[in-house]
Amino acid sequence: MKIQIILKGIFKENPIFVLMLGMCPTLATTSSAINGFSMGLATTFVLVLSNLTVSLIAKQIPDKVRIPSYVVIIATFVTVIDLLMAGYLPDIHATLGIFIPLIVVNCIVLARAESFAAKNGASNSIVDGLGSGLGFTLALSLLGFARELLGEYAIFGTKLIETDGMVLFILAPGAFIALAYLTVLFNMIKKRLIK
Amino acid sequence: MAKVSSFKNMLLTLLATTFISSALLAGVHQLTKKAIEKVEVEKINAGIKKVLPEFANNPSDNISKKFVDGDTVAIYKATDSEGKLIGLAVQTFTNKGYGGRISLLVGFLADGTINNIDVIAHSETPGLGDKIDPRKHPFSIQFQGKNPDTFKLQVRKDGGDVDAISATTVSSRAFCDAVARAYKIFVEEMVKYNPNFASKIQAANDAVSGATKIN
Amino acid sequence: MEYIQILVSAIFVNNVVLSRFLGICPFLGVSNRVSTSLGMGGAVIFVLTIAAIVCYLIQNFILVPLQIKFMQTISFILVIAALVQMVEIILKKVSPSLYQALGIFLPLITTNCAVLGVAILSIQKNYNLLQTTVFALASGLGFALALLLFAGLREQLELSSNIPKALKGMPAALLVAGLLAMAFMGFAGIVN
Repeated sequence: MKIQIILKGIFKENPIFVLMLGMCPTLATTSSAINGFSMGLATTFVLVLSNLTVSLIAKQIPDKVRIPSYVVIIATFVTVIDLLMAGYLPDIHATLGIFIPLIVVNCIVLARAESFAAKNGASNSIVDGLGSGLGFTLALSLLGFARELLGEYAIFGTKLIETDGMVLFILAPGAFIALAYLTVLFNMIKKRLIK
Repeated sequence: MAKVSSFKNMLLTLLATTFISSALLAGVHQLTKKAIEKVEVEKINAGIKKVLPEFANNPSDNISKKFVDGDTVAIYKATDSEGKLIGLAVQTFTNKGYGGRISLLVGFLADGTINNIDVIAHSETPGLGDKIDPRKHPFSIQFQGKNPDTFKLQVRKDGGDVDAISATTVSSRAFCDAVARAYKIFVEEMVKYNPNFASKIQAANDAVSGATKIN
Repeated sequence: MEYIQILVSAIFVNNVVLSRFLGICPFLGVSNRVSTSLGMGGAVIFVLTIAAIVCYLIQNFILVPLQIKFMQTISFILVIAALVQMVEIILKKVSPSLYQALGIFLPLITTNCAVLGVAILSIQKNYNLLQTTVFALASGLGFALALLLFAGLREQLELSSNIPKALKGMPAALLVAGLLAMAFMGFAGIVN
């Protein structure tokens, strides 16, 4: 049961390749695998904690102020991770920059709180947050890996060939193009597996 | 499932959530405040270590601020164990980069020689303009050991002594502009320690306006 | 001159959508028809500008004096949400025709990260009130321009029958967005 929830977040309802949610950080922070991975983990942190909190207090919140309350909860955890990263992971904090506070408006987080956590128990909500977070992290890492490989000829910051790569992939247009082909790839694999 | 909304419970819920979250954040802020401040200081110190020879003091305690060309920059003073001046690390910038602003930290020895330059921030094009970064290209190394009194801070195309990065003249010119600005700031500050520098102010000023005159 | 520079830079060179990657969700989601993209663009220009100004005031007259800058994210997002509601109510009363044109797009704007993003960016860039206003207005215009161009391209794309099957739908749209971003890169350097 729990494993199924996780797998659903990673594969069947992958936030990026299937639902196309949270595209801004996806495109902006994936110029290298490690950046994409860190952004994914920061989002997962917020997803798990906000899902947990929402599932615990959903019954106490009047219906009409539901969304504002969720937004406050999410913004709180976003600020917590923002402050923690500024203090203990300053380099990554500097590269991700403005996209850490922008986790607040990442549709995935609010969507999971509203559509899953508000209706389910605490433990399932944590697992759901973890699943969606991992699906997001996986997609971001893959995209970062591909862009780094093509754009710098490097894997995790280690250069494979000592020349300039296809710089386009590090730049903005490359983000769109790489994501387009990764989505095609993801759909092809999914189709084959379903058959 | 969810409670029926009444004005009273809506207000109470919102007040309670914001209150609890503010309290939590204030707590986390207190916990991380020291670490964040330490990171800031370390970042500055690490930068100064890169651009100046070994020093004994804590330069981030010896900051003087200066207002130059529309922005405030910091000057850090490095001394040896006897308090003798080793050199100054000067924050500088230019707005003439291809992608806009470039921020540098330039380390000058007490006689005005450039010891080293570190790129703090830029948004030049990856693969072209970002070669101003010493980690990507030896361009900025050529400034080491040069004294702007004799080394003209302009690209060769404009009649100076700096070898530009090929196909990246705009970024190279902007870099020279930032270094010339640093030298001007340095000379003005050095007058405090060595009156001889007063005679160099005019030339250093002219160099800033000259670095990117031909555009 | 300085304001023109901010204007040109935010619309073309550092376009919010195509270069800064802010507001991608509505960019991909509401770009099927040119007519809807016009409405969305207009609504974003409107809200973005007001939000940036209000956030600027909150940052400089509340958060900084009270030394609670860590409350930035929370207060900005709440202000934006409240603002969107307020604009909706006022517009309904004052100008029903404008409300008809923009109304359905307003609720979507709260989660448009271009709004929060531009508000935070203008704080980070140390802009004064006038600069913030110009920057926000230009960013909104940049968003609308990118959205409009993209919608026009996608309308044509739908008519075309020789797209490979695997690329149909989102992948093809992403590729077009990539080409559009490439075209906008050509603007780099014109600020000087």
